[in-house]
Amino acid sequence: MNAAPAHSNQPRPFQPQPWRDRRLEILLGNLLRTGVMLSAAVVLLGACIYLYRHAHEPADYRVFRGEPSDYTTIPGVIRSAIGGHGRGWIQLGLLLLISTPIARVTLSILGFALERDHMYVVFTLIVLAVLLYSLLGSGLTI
Amino acid sequence: MTILTFTAVVAIVSFVAGLLGSLTGLGGGVVLVPLLTIFFHVDIRYAIGASLVSVIATSSGAAAAYVKEGFSNIRIGMFLEIATTFGALLGAFAATRVPTSVIATIFGAMLLYSAYVSRRPRPHAQRNLPADPLATRLRLNGKFPDLDGERRYNVQHVPTGFSLMFGAGALSGLLGIGSGAVKVLAMDQAMQIPFKVSTTTSNFMIGVTAAASAGVYLSRGYVDPGLAMPVMLGVLAGSLLGTRILVRAETKSLRLVFSVVILVLGLQMLYKGLWGYI
Repeated sequence: MNAAPAHSNQPRPFQPQPWRDRRLEILLGNLLRTGVMLSAAVVLLGACIYLYRHAHEPADYRVFRGEPSDYTTIPGVIRSAIGGHGRGWIQLGLLLLISTPIARVTLSILGFALERDHMYVVFTLIVLAVLLYSLLGSGLTI
Repeated sequence: MTILTFTAVVAIVSFVAGLLGSLTGLGGGVVLVPLLTIFFHVDIRYAIGASLVSVIATSSGAAAAYVKEGFSNIRIGMFLEIATTFGALLGAFAATRVPTSVIATIFGAMLLYSAYVSRRPRPHAQRNLPADPLATRLRLNGKFPDLDGERRYNVQHVPTGFSLMFGAGALSGLLGIGSGAVKVLAMDQAMQIPFKVSTTTSNFMIGVTAAASAGVYLSRGYVDPGLAMPVMLGVLAGSLLGTRILVRAETKSLRLVFSVVILVLGLQMLYKGLWGYI
């Protein structure tokens, strides 16, 4: 009586496990929000320094000049932030912001690996490679 | 205008754009670039750089709220991100080579299309579709909690959706926007993904897509700290407030107003782009 159904002993076909998926997603969601809040705080700190020093200078964005290397390379931004420049801190905050989705993708690799979903580990690695190429291969690190 | 006034006004405009964008679900970034270029006379390259940064902020900021609802499909997202990130990288490199008048013209056309999509009833995914062999192999099919219990869905037309998402990524990289209008076309229309799943999944994807072009933008000097700061903080604050107060009853008229704004800005961008004023 009340015997377990016969098919429960058979191996089950592959199914993404929803509870694991969800736990991972909640973790990722919180990670993203924390990253955004942290980067917003850094940008705000930079904004205070920047406005304190330059509030009464004229604003002009009519002509595109590009940015000096202090704001276009990772070492330049870090140097500028350490030097106490407001714009350096803003740029550092923006770099943090850009890295939050990258952290999300990196953690997803771990999640898929735990689920032994090799196909999606490969897919996620491809996405990560494109992201890292954009960040590191386009001259940001020089 | 002094830096202080400029920062304050841009922050307020960005806040309103972020608020309206999240209340209407049309995204705030799409109106920011035309507003900055037309009314603040900002070079379109600076405007695009600032807008792209704000797109990452809203996407990542709203992710936690969306995840709690439990509709997003992490596999659909990751699979399509292959297309969007490659597209975004290509779009960002194109943005550094294409003349600004061409970018403005494409932007105008994109705005008109977004206004059209926002007025059209959103396509409803058909129910009980047969499982597509490719979608099954890619493990894209899923289920989500619906009013009448658990609802399963089978993803359709994977190659079409994938190609369209490449286009969405390229537009995102070229114009510095989330390009939600193209995503609707790809995910709702072609792939027949249910509305709730496609909205939450695409929000997740937008941040990753934008991050793929952000590196190129930053290294080419498109991201000016003085401009990106008020835009990012304003849009983020506005969109976070928007997700809190989401008053469903009001969104219909709000959507109408916002899509008229998008239409007018689109015509302006098209005019300025075609006549070479930008």
